[in-house]
Amino acid sequence: MNEKAPLDRDERISNLKGMGCSRKRVEDVRFTQGRGNYVDDVKLPGMLFGDFVRSPYAHARIKSIDTEAAKAIPGVIAVLTAADLAPLNLHWMPTLAGDKQMVLADGKVLFQGQEVAFVVAEDRYAAADGIEAVVVDYEELPVITDPFKALADDAVVLREDLEAGADGAHGPRRHHNHIFLWEAGDKTTTEQAIDSADVVAEEMVYYHRTHPCPLETCGSVASMDKITGKLTLWGTFQAPHVVRTVASLLSGIEEHNIRVISPDIGGGFGNKVGVYPGYVCSIVASIVTGKPVKWVEDRMENLMATAFARDYWMKGRISATKEGKITGLECHVTADHGAFDACADPTKFPAGFFHICTGSYDIPTAYVGVDGVYTNKAPGGVAYRCSFRVTEAAYFIERMIEVLAIELDMDAAELRRINFIRQDQFPYQSALGWEYDSGDYHTAWDKAMAAVGYDDLRKEQAEMVEAFKRGESRKLLGIGLTHFTEIVGAGPVKNCDILGMGMFDSCEIRIHPTGSAIARLGTISQGQGHATTFAQILATEIGIQADSITVEEGDTDTAPYGLGTYGSRSTPVAGAATAMAGRKIRAKAQMIAAYLLEVHDDDVEFDVDRFVVKGAPERFKTMKEIAYAAYNQAIPGVEPGLEAVSYYDPPNMTYPFGAYICVMEIDVDTGTHHVRQMYALDDCGTRINPMVIDGQVHGGLTEAYAIAMGQEIAYDEIGNCKTGTLMDFFIPTSFETPHYTTDHTVTPSPHHPIGAKGVGESPNVGGVPAFSNAVHDAFRAFGLRQSHMPHDQWRIWETANKLGMHA
Amino acid sequence: MIPAAFEYHRPSDIAAALSILTEYGDDARVIAGGHSLVPMMKLRMAEVPHLIDLQDIGTLRGIDVGADRIRIGAMTTQHDLINHDALTNAAPTIRETALQIADPQVRYMGTIGGNVANGDPGNDMPALMQCLDATFYLTGPNGERTVSAREFYFAAYATDREDDEILTAIEFAHPMPGFAYEKQKRKIGDYATAAAAVLIQRDGERCTGASIAMTNLSDTPVFAEDAAATLVGTAVDSAAIAAAIEAMQQAIDPSEDNRGPVPFKRHIAGVVLQRAIERAWSRA
Repeated sequence: MNEKAPLDRDERISNLKGMGCSRKRVEDVRFTQGRGNYVDDVKLPGMLFGDFVRSPYAHARIKSIDTEAAKAIPGVIAVLTAADLAPLNLHWMPTLAGDKQMVLADGKVLFQGQEVAFVVAEDRYAAADGIEAVVVDYEELPVITDPFKALADDAVVLREDLEAGADGAHGPRRHHNHIFLWEAGDKTTTEQAIDSADVVAEEMVYYHRTHPCPLETCGSVASMDKITGKLTLWGTFQAPHVVRTVASLLSGIEEHNIRVISPDIGGGFGNKVGVYPGYVCSIVASIVTGKPVKWVEDRMENLMATAFARDYWMKGRISATKEGKITGLECHVTADHGAFDACADPTKFPAGFFHICTGSYDIPTAYVGVDGVYTNKAPGGVAYRCSFRVTEAAYFIERMIEVLAIELDMDAAELRRINFIRQDQFPYQSALGWEYDSGDYHTAWDKAMAAVGYDDLRKEQAEMVEAFKRGESRKLLGIGLTHFTEIVGAGPVKNCDILGMGMFDSCEIRIHPTGSAIARLGTISQGQGHATTFAQILATEIGIQADSITVEEGDTDTAPYGLGTYGSRSTPVAGAATAMAGRKIRAKAQMIAAYLLEVHDDDVEFDVDRFVVKGAPERFKTMKEIAYAAYNQAIPGVEPGLEAVSYYDPPNMTYPFGAYICVMEIDVDTGTHHVRQMYALDDCGTRINPMVIDGQVHGGLTEAYAIAMGQEIAYDEIGNCKTGTLMDFFIPTSFETPHYTTDHTVTPSPHHPIGAKGVGESPNVGGVPAFSNAVHDAFRAFGLRQSHMPHDQWRIWETANKLGMHA
Repeated sequence: MIPAAFEYHRPSDIAAALSILTEYGDDARVIAGGHSLVPMMKLRMAEVPHLIDLQDIGTLRGIDVGADRIRIGAMTTQHDLINHDALTNAAPTIRETALQIADPQVRYMGTIGGNVANGDPGNDMPALMQCLDATFYLTGPNGERTVSAREFYFAAYATDREDDEILTAIEFAHPMPGFAYEKQKRKIGDYATAAAAVLIQRDGERCTGASIAMTNLSDTPVFAEDAAATLVGTAVDSAAIAAAIEAMQQAIDPSEDNRGPVPFKRHIAGVVLQRAIERAWSRA
């Protein structure tokens, strides 16, 4: 009883909406109607609200905290301080980086905005009044906001809790404000190569401090049910399963009695990977009061106190032959981690994957050393829409290439071309220890050059320089080149873990009797569109229409264990798990189909949405029929049901790459700019949903544009955060956001089940150097080598001023 | 970002508003569009036990383009200013300036009265009002009085308005035909890094009248009388413009903030004034 009017094969493929289809995002129906369900939408009977007293000082001793007046305010239930948490040993908590961090200020504060006391009240208004009434007596201490000054012999000791001279989590600490020195590569051979080279370029490249600033700030709702002994925790978590494990280890509550739920999340970008004092305090307050307790930070708290990104001072040397062949690369980083080392990196990598900094180039020898340093600034150092420290690495090498081009008096596009790793060199072993899985850089580069009309742009640029020098124009043209190589998909369990938990990921699939399905994953979408794209992977793998597959994530009681979503790891790891689980479903479906068709298992083959008898395509069973039989027919030797689970440990990272070119006009008089063209070619391997990829690239480029051109977290000399609101922290509106041209090549990952590599973070990694290089390139003819981001109006004016262009 | 508790009053006429103001004195503030005051209250930088909302007082709203003078009620929103054809015909500089304020959502709520009365040096309308030589109408317990926009501002948030007075309207004569409001900002919604309001009267190739005021370059708007005077009688050539910029530089006193250091502010002040003069001249 097969279909009466059979669809042709193309129609069946099209109906699946599988891989390669620009399927509309299923999530957007609720998001565009204001029907999302975020943490702050969670409202429980009797719920209390907690809020923080925060330090106005960047460094001060706390002499006393008087909470009596606050407790007297109507509606205030309790005020927690470190003294209240100490008996539970929760006044400090471990960080993901092997350090520890104060939950509530224990004797001193180390950055402005640090959590000092937690006021619990019947509503957030009473909590706000309670905060005002808490009296804290501070004694100000000297403030260090400069990581270089932090390492001076006479610098004030910031972390009095750490034993002098004792090793840290990543080896010896050579100074009381030093956290670690992490090294990769061969220092001796690199120094020899550079010292004996024809040409050496040296530069300090600073990637300033910025912030992921997701639209939704961080928050949690903790509900301790004292009858069942079960703790339910809703929160803005990019890794809910890890949060459950950490919560269990910290609180002593057995893991089966903790349920962590990440509901809809309004953007994460790395900001929601770590564990914050608010989460801990909401849990403690719920345990103490026996009532649900909500904590949701406001925008200023988010910008000032939750995890920042970057703040890397990268001192580099790069050497080459006279012809421009690179012979060595050296980088020493002074990394400002703030008051606590709360980076969210795989535990064995305190500088993340910064040692991808040889980029897209065949560099025979290289060395990297990263010094982590404490200062009186907010903790963090998270991967803001990038894999761990990869955008720092990409920015560093793409700036060093430009500086080397100046030193060689060469065109920077040509310099890149002659140093790219060739296609026949993959898999490629980098000097710093990575195995690049695949790439075809020359093809991507040539396509990009042709697309923007590179040679004509250079002519136009030269004409504008001449016009400027003749005094006829005050405008310049910059051509910002970037060829980046990402490293994403952490990662192999053999070397990637977070607090000991291997960085695998998972998918569990249940096919329902009528042929629809639910898939649950260990990841959690924060806007990436997992419910759309993972259903497409499955549709292609198991022949069930994507529209008939529900994708669910974020509830630890139902989803399989996984390490979460950040570092572009969802598609490389959980996407692979999805394909592998799908293949288990298909293998069982094949046995069922063979039984129903009364042939041997090997005599049927999968065809889009069905199994057909080889050589007799009119004899088939659709996946729908097979699903029904799986539940309703006794099949000898086959268990009822159609379910599968896969835990995927990737054999390697994936290495997406891209060629980005920004064409920017700069008004030298005002320091303003106009992005005339932003061309972004991405190679993310197999493309699951081109429309979602475009959306990801547009979003990432907009963040990159913001970072390069104006977005920063800045402090004054006494540690006051000067950019704590969206008036000063730059988020582009539709007016400022440039138009983008997207393009692609496809070089599938050889080790990923479907060849996909991940794309969400490429545009941030590649976009920042493209925009920044455009600014630098505009001034190259006037002698500019290096200027620090963000390239906002006054800094561009200052650059022109220093070059004598306002005389 | 949660304000302290306050009482909310919503009178329907000026007399009622004044009586609440008189009753509570320093503890009361009037609120127009709220885009300056509400954030200050949420940050608890302003504590206002009694908030008097003026939006139900219909007489405070409206635009009257008369034969000689133009009168705008204090509660008229920026959105209304932008979309009033007769006002745009008579004084197009109002529309050009209002379009530079914040974004459409803010302009639906933000009022011209709030913009000029708050005394925030970042606001755009005060400099324009000085450029237009506008008159502000203030009503208090002792009745109505007027004050020139050019004499209204003392310092940041300090103006000639008494605590028990309400700014009810602004009024100005039909302006000179050449106009421009040139504003440099970091992004939509930002205050000016520097902005210049310019009005010019032209007779053939001669400038016969000029008025210049600058925004966010001191703790008050800056009426640059000397700068305007240098233009009058000239052909507004590059030498005249340079002289005007030089005179303007004497009048401003910018301070460093996230928009940039003082030398940059002064540089941009010159650029925006040059561009404003050139545009106003071309329109005169």
